[in-house]
Amino acid sequence: MAVLVLAEHDLGTLSASTARIVAAAAELGAVDVLVAGEGVDQVTIAAAAIAGVAHVRVAQSAELNGLSAEALTPLLEHLAPDYTHVIAAAASVGRDVIPRLAAKLDLMPVTDVIAILGPNRFERPIYAGNAIETVTSNQPRHLLTIRASAFRPAAQGNAALIEPVDASGVVAVARFVAAHRTEGDLPDLSTAQIVVGGGVSLGSAEKFALVEQLAGKLGAAVGATRAAVDAGYAPNDWQVGQTGKIIAPDLYIAVGISGALQHLAGIQGAKKIIAINSDPEAPLVKLADYALVGDLFEIVPALIAELERLGVKR
Amino acid sequence: MKILVAVKRVVDHAVRVRVRPDRSGVETDNVRMSMNPFDKHAVEAAVALNEAGRADEIVIVSIGPKQANDVILTALAMGAHRGILIEAEGRLETLAVAKLLKAAADEERPDLVLLGKQAVDDDSNHVGQMLAGLLDWPQATFASGIKVVGNGLEVTREVEFGRTTIAIPLPAVVTADLRLNMPRNAGLPMVMRARQKPLTVRSIAEFGVDIAPRLEIERVSPPPEREGGRIVTGVSELAAAITAELSQLETL
Ligand SMILES: Cc1cc2nc3c(=O)[nH]c(=O)nc-3n(C[C@H](O)[C@H](O)[C@H](O)COP(=O)(O)OP(=O)(O)OC[C@H]3O[C@@H](n4cnc5c(N)ncnc54)[C@H](O)[C@@H]3O)c2cc1C
Repeated sequence: MAVLVLAEHDLGTLSASTARIVAAAAELGAVDVLVAGEGVDQVTIAAAAIAGVAHVRVAQSAELNGLSAEALTPLLEHLAPDYTHVIAAAASVGRDVIPRLAAKLDLMPVTDVIAILGPNRFERPIYAGNAIETVTSNQPRHLLTIRASAFRPAAQGNAALIEPVDASGVVAVARFVAAHRTEGDLPDLSTAQIVVGGGVSLGSAEKFALVEQLAGKLGAAVGATRAAVDAGYAPNDWQVGQTGKIIAPDLYIAVGISGALQHLAGIQGAKKIIAINSDPEAPLVKLADYALVGDLFEIVPALIAELERLGVKR
Repeated sequence: MKILVAVKRVVDHAVRVRVRPDRSGVETDNVRMSMNPFDKHAVEAAVALNEAGRADEIVIVSIGPKQANDVILTALAMGAHRGILIEAEGRLETLAVAKLLKAAADEERPDLVLLGKQAVDDDSNHVGQMLAGLLDWPQATFASGIKVVGNGLEVTREVEFGRTTIAIPLPAVVTADLRLNMPRNAGLPMVMRARQKPLTVRSIAEFGVDIAPRLEIERVSPPPEREGGRIVTGVSELAAAITAELSQLETL
C-alpha cells in the first residue's frame, strides 16, 4: 500500500501540520508527499526531512500557485492510480480539493479523520463533535482529510528522494486578486502546545490585546470565538470551533468565552482547559479543569503580573 | 444571471444532539429541525444579488424528506422565486447529493450554484466541491464576500492564513461561510407570499442517479466525557495551576 500526502504550504513555508499528516499516513503505508507550486524548493526540502517520507514528488508550475482545486484535481487524478490512499490535512486546501477529486474519481471521501483504525476504517466527528462516526470504506481507493491536531508529528532528520512530476498540462482557472494575511510571529494555532482564546466579552479590538499579551507571556497561539471575529476584534484565521480551526493544545485558556457547542467542537482535544469567566454557570466554566470566576479585565492583568513575578518565560 | 441555491433541512444548530443508546446514530425524533445555517447565508447572497439587479431568477433545491418543504418555504420567504424538492427518505451520502444536484443543474442551467460550505449535521463540507467537479466548473469555497465583476465573480475566501480573493468565470459554484452576510428574517407577509410561489416535488428515481452508499457506518459513539474540574479562588492559585502545567510540558 502506498499513500500520497498533499503538502499544504504558503509563502514558501511548509504547513506545520504536514509532519502530523505524514505520521498519520505512515499508519497506512509508504508515504510520498506531493509538493505543488512555483518556487517551492524550501517546501520540498522541509517535506523531505520528515521521517517516514519515501519520495517527495514536486510539481513545479505557476498554475499551481494558490493551490486551487481546479489545478490540483487533474494533477492528483493523474497520480492517484499509484496509491491506495490520497490524503490532505483537513485545512483550507485539503477541504477544497479532496471532495472535488473524489467526485472526479467517483469515490466517497472520508474527511476530518481523527483516528485510523485500519486501512479502510476511520473515525470522524459529526454534529460539531457531539458524536463520532466509525466508517468502513470498501472502495478501491481512499481519499481522506485528516485532522492534524489528532496526531503527533513525525520526527525530523530524513532525506527522502526528490523527483519531479510533469505539471505542464495543468491550468489554473481562478485568478489571484488579493490576500490578507494576519501578520505576526505567533505559533501556528492548529498545532500549538498552548492556546489562549478570547471571546466577544473583550469588547473591542484594542482590549482583545489583553488576550494577546497573556498569550505572549506563555508563548501561546491566540484563538477567538466566532462572536469575537464577527465583531472585528480578532482576524478570521484565529477562530476556533466547528467552522474555524480545530485545536488540541496541552493547555487552553479561555478568556470570557461562554462555551457554545460550536466553540467546544474546536477544543475537544485540549488536554487541560482553564476558564476565566464572570458567570459561574457558563458551560466552559463547568467543563474546565480549572476555572476562575470573576471579571477578566481584573483577572488577566493580575495574572500576567503574577506570571511575571514567578519568572514564567517561554 | 440565474442562481440555483441548494438548502438542507438539519437538526437545528442550537440542539445538543444525543447518540442513540444502540449507537446506530443520533436521536432525531422530536428534535427541532431547521435550515442549515450556512445555507441561509447562501440564500441571502442570492437574494442580495437579485436585489442588486445582478440576478433575475433564484431557484431553490432541497433533497430530503417531505418536511424539507419547510426549509424551501423559508428560502422562498427570503426572496427566492421557486423551489424544487427532490424527495428522499433516509440518509444520502454527499456524493449522491452532488450527483442529484448535478442532474438538477443540467436541467435548470444556472449561471451560479450557491450552497452552504458545510451542513451542521454531518459536517462534511463536500457537496459544493463535488458538484463543481461533476460540472467541471470553477469553485470558490468558504466565501465571505461575493462581487460580480464583468462576466465573472470576485470571491473572498476564508482560508488558513486569513483571507484570499480570487476571480473566477461563470458558470461557477460558490459555498458560503458565515461571515458572507446577515441572513434576513422574513416577515409574515413574505412567508404568506412564499406559499404562492411554485414548488415542484420530484422523486429521486426520475433522475436515474446511483445513490447506493459507498461507506458503511459501523457505529456512532458519544465523544469522551470531560470531567469538570475545580473552581480556583484567586489569581495566585490560577497562576500556580498554569506554572504546574508548564513544568509538565517541559518534562515531556
Ligand atoms: C453554524 C454555526 C457555527 C458556529 N461556529 C462557531 C465556531 O466555529 N467557533 C465559535 O467560537 N463559535 C461558533 N459559532 C457561534 C457560537 O454559537 C457562539 O455564538 C459563540 O461561540 C459565542 O462566543 P463568545 O463565547 O465570545 O460569546 P458569548 O456566548 O456571548 O459569551 C460571552 C461570555 O463572556 C462572559 N463575560 C462577559 N463579560 C465578562 C467579563 N467582564 N469577565 C469575564 N467574563 C465575561 C460571559 O459570562 C459569557 O460566558 C457558530 C454558530 C453557528 C450557528
